Amino acid sequence: MSATGDAALAASLFAVDPVGLGGVCLRSLVQPARSDWLAMLRELLPAALPVRRIPFNIADGRLLGGLDLVATLRANRPIAERGVLAATDGGVVVVTMAERLSAHTAACLNAVLDSGELALQREGVQIHDRARIGIVALDEGMDDDEHVAASLLDRLAFLVDLNGCDSRTPLLQLHDAEDIETARRLLPRVEIAPDIIAALCATGMSLGAGSPRVSQLAVNAAKAAAALDGRTVVTIDDATTAGRLVFAPRATQLPAPREAAANAASDDGSRDATTPPGGEQQGAHSPPPATLDGADQGAQVPPPEAGAQGSAAPPSAPAPTETEPPGPAPRDTPAVDRDKAAAVIEMSQDEIEEIVLAATRAAIPNGLLASLRAAAPIRGGSGAAGRAGAARQGGARGRPYGVRSGMPQGSSRLNVMETLRAAAPWQRLRGRMSANDVRVRIDPSDFRITHYRQRSQTLTIFAVDASGSAALNRLAEAKGAVELLLADCYVRRDQVAVVTFRGRAAEILLAPTRSLVRAKRGLAGLPGGGGTPLAAGIQTAMLLADQARRRGDTPTLVILTDGRANVARSGVGGRDAAHADAMQAARRLRQSQFAVLFVDTSPRPTPLAQTLASAMGARYIPLPFANAQALSSIVTAAAPRAAR
Amino acid sequence: MKPGLRPVFPFSAIVGQDDMKLALVCAALDPTIGGVLVLGDRGTGKSTAIRALAALLPPMRAIVDCRYSCDPGDSDSWCAECRDRASLGALKDRAIAVPVVDMPLGVTEDRVVGALDLERALSQGVKAFEPGLLARANRGFLYIDEVNLLEDHLVDLLIDVAASGENLVEREGLSVRHPARFVLIGSGNPEEGELRPQLLDRFGLSVDIKTPTVLADRVEVIKRRDEFERDKPAFIAKWKKEDDALRRRIVAGRKRLAEMSIPDEVLESTAKLCMHLGTDGLRAELTLMRAARALASFEGSTAVAETHLRRVASSALRHRLRRDPLDESGSGARIERAIQEALGP
Repeated sequence: MSATGDAALAASLFAVDPVGLGGVCLRSLVQPARSDWLAMLRELLPAALPVRRIPFNIADGRLLGGLDLVATLRANRPIAERGVLAATDGGVVVVTMAERLSAHTAACLNAVLDSGELALQREGVQIHDRARIGIVALDEGMDDDEHVAASLLDRLAFLVDLNGCDSRTPLLQLHDAEDIETARRLLPRVEIAPDIIAALCATGMSLGAGSPRVSQLAVNAAKAAAALDGRTVVTIDDATTAGRLVFAPRATQLPAPREAAANAASDDGSRDATTPPGGEQQGAHSPPPATLDGADQGAQVPPPEAGAQGSAAPPSAPAPTETEPPGPAPRDTPAVDRDKAAAVIEMSQDEIEEIVLAATRAAIPNGLLASLRAAAPIRGGSGAAGRAGAARQGGARGRPYGVRSGMPQGSSRLNVMETLRAAAPWQRLRGRMSANDVRVRIDPSDFRITHYRQRSQTLTIFAVDASGSAALNRLAEAKGAVELLLADCYVRRDQVAVVTFRGRAAEILLAPTRSLVRAKRGLAGLPGGGGTPLAAGIQTAMLLADQARRRGDTPTLVILTDGRANVARSGVGGRDAAHADAMQAARRLRQSQFAVLFVDTSPRPTPLAQTLASAMGARYIPLPFANAQALSSIVTAAAPRAAR
Repeated sequence: MKPGLRPVFPFSAIVGQDDMKLALVCAALDPTIGGVLVLGDRGTGKSTAIRALAALLPPMRAIVDCRYSCDPGDSDSWCAECRDRASLGALKDRAIAVPVVDMPLGVTEDRVVGALDLERALSQGVKAFEPGLLARANRGFLYIDEVNLLEDHLVDLLIDVAASGENLVEREGLSVRHPARFVLIGSGNPEEGELRPQLLDRFGLSVDIKTPTVLADRVEVIKRRDEFERDKPAFIAKWKKEDDALRRRIVAGRKRLAEMSIPDEVLESTAKLCMHLGTDGLRAELTLMRAARALASFEGSTAVAETHLRRVASSALRHRLRRDPLDESGSGARIERAIQEALGP
């Protein structure tokens, strides 16, 4: 099935069971296909179900609920206002620009997805409301770094990418509202055989696709697929559909070849005896990643028969259940007259697993997996590396720090809630005696304003020269110095970011984060060698610093290099051009007035590096003299601490 | 809808995660251990286990009409209202379920500490105190999911109250103090942010949980979840026996706790281990000792043995080590090593 076809299928399945499937992450720029998809979903969902759109920066009061001020004042008693989540109970919440969701808002959505209810404790209001919802997260992320929070993705069954789809392939609706309605009625009665559950779990694990929760979503997706097809028993076809839609987009690894898996699970003796037929041909059939070509466009699912005969996919060895032996279990399921269901019962768990795995693998775009693998050691497998930085935007704008009496003026805002609270006890005294007079009397002395604490974070950006010359000199020592500085940043709760430059360009190894373990991991795996694109390095670091400043953070740059630029900004080699570019970048850095520390990593202090340092208005420290303690105290001093 | 009415997944039906379950049971058995912090990967059943714990707890006696559920047997810990009422006549008490209070995300400060009762203020012009979550959690559990996403000003507040066992409210012309002794339970995913060391210190035990890597476990997790979703009452009934047995063990363990003797050798080993790890203060030793005692009581032993100590050492000390933020080997491994070195294999 084509990618657009899968997108349409995801919409149909989601419409059948929005709550059980959690939701859909629709990665797409604003384009007709996206609106088509949303319109299709709306049409498929029962008309009575609410579909609410919320912006990524929705305030807690609107999302969760709180005190309805207008109504409260009118009625003279506290009146709660329901938030969007509770008001959408049974329906679907569409989050726009979901890649920009704050960690806090994402966590609120997660809590509701997990519990199906909303616990509200805000502004004197406490409510428990049902909120069984499904979520459509519209992800407009363009770069690899922009993703919906991993914790939220973990709760959404389908990750649909419309960007990769051919815009000329129309999005065809596969079902109509009536089909969905029938399926919805059928769903509660759908049964799934333990073998299929096991096969789905094994597929998820061998592809490294998410947590146990994702396996649960795959099971629910398989059930929805069965219901959509008018059956009450989940067949292999349903499982392959679920595997393709749920696991394939999350795959982070190819299943280990059987031999390796067998070694890894060598303690698992019982497994060897049950090697499925065709196992000996494994070597010949086991497809290396390269044979997955074309999967991203065509994504043809191999028919189940092919998978069963050829054992094309090498699943990792699943440990058979120790507590209850597999075998008779599937026969316990109610007898059904459908051939396919019968086929499931005939087949062993291994066979089912191989079919599901093969289908899922076929749906994994070749390039995607390669890039994932390349990124994995650095990003630690988390799709949302560095989210912590972006997510803390709310904090940078200042957190409510307390309330004091005073007149609202300038930047201070009136805290209506607290003002009312202050005025409330005096209403009687102020002569609001008659029942008809519903106005609340507020004196200027009641005014309360919220204090925001602008807890500006310090972001320390390390720009590390990992070129050949630096590697020769003292990349290892530079790494060591950075590590010590990182430990220091940890104590001060700073954010850190790491930019490296080598070869032709600079890259952001680590977007601003508080996770120092991640920073260290990235550094440890940092290879050395290649030219020195110093200008690009400076520029990238400056870009990051600029973004941080716009967020309200205080950036400090630490540049570790020997200053021997030999790759110009264009990526072309050449010492003179490169140096000129580097000087230019340095001067621009000076103009931007960041605190900069230049750590010279060359064996002995060089005039070249000193010139650069003074061009960027940086504090110059030759590494030979910079022992760890001195370095860290210098960084501390260089970072202008924000007023706390 | 009341929170307690929602059927919860039974504690006994949770697959694996033995460290977490043991820590929660120990904390329920002896509240003086001081709570549990559960950190771990996504989708590993952290919240499920903690919510399930509530159903396991045996009921407790509390003074009737007390908003802080004061303990009739301990007049020192009473709130001001109970003291006043006691001087006027004998107080009645009744059995209530141990409060397990959920601190939801997006909670505002006024609901945590308590604030002016807006309803009474607006309609009657009366200045009355409306207790918050801290009051409700008194003598029970306070559960914070995604504890690492908690806003800083709320963290400060919790740190203070958790240490003093008393909530001081000074706002809107109100001046109230009331007991707020609770067992803090937190859960979170460390990838989403780190915890302040001060807050870490408030948790007695800390467990790290990982995604199950054994396929059979994962399959079992999903099967049970499927069964639960299909017919909740039936599933709960099916596991009731085991849950009941566990509750009885906790009750029996509590009784045994007072008589539990701790041999000097064990105390010495505790001190040796803590010194070897260089943990700050006596808190680590106390917690370790209490946790070992709780484990011994739970398992029906008459005295605490070194084996108990070894089994709880990791949870009791993991989060108290002078942290090397860059040490990836994990504090669990460091503790294992220290046990080998200090106490022998």
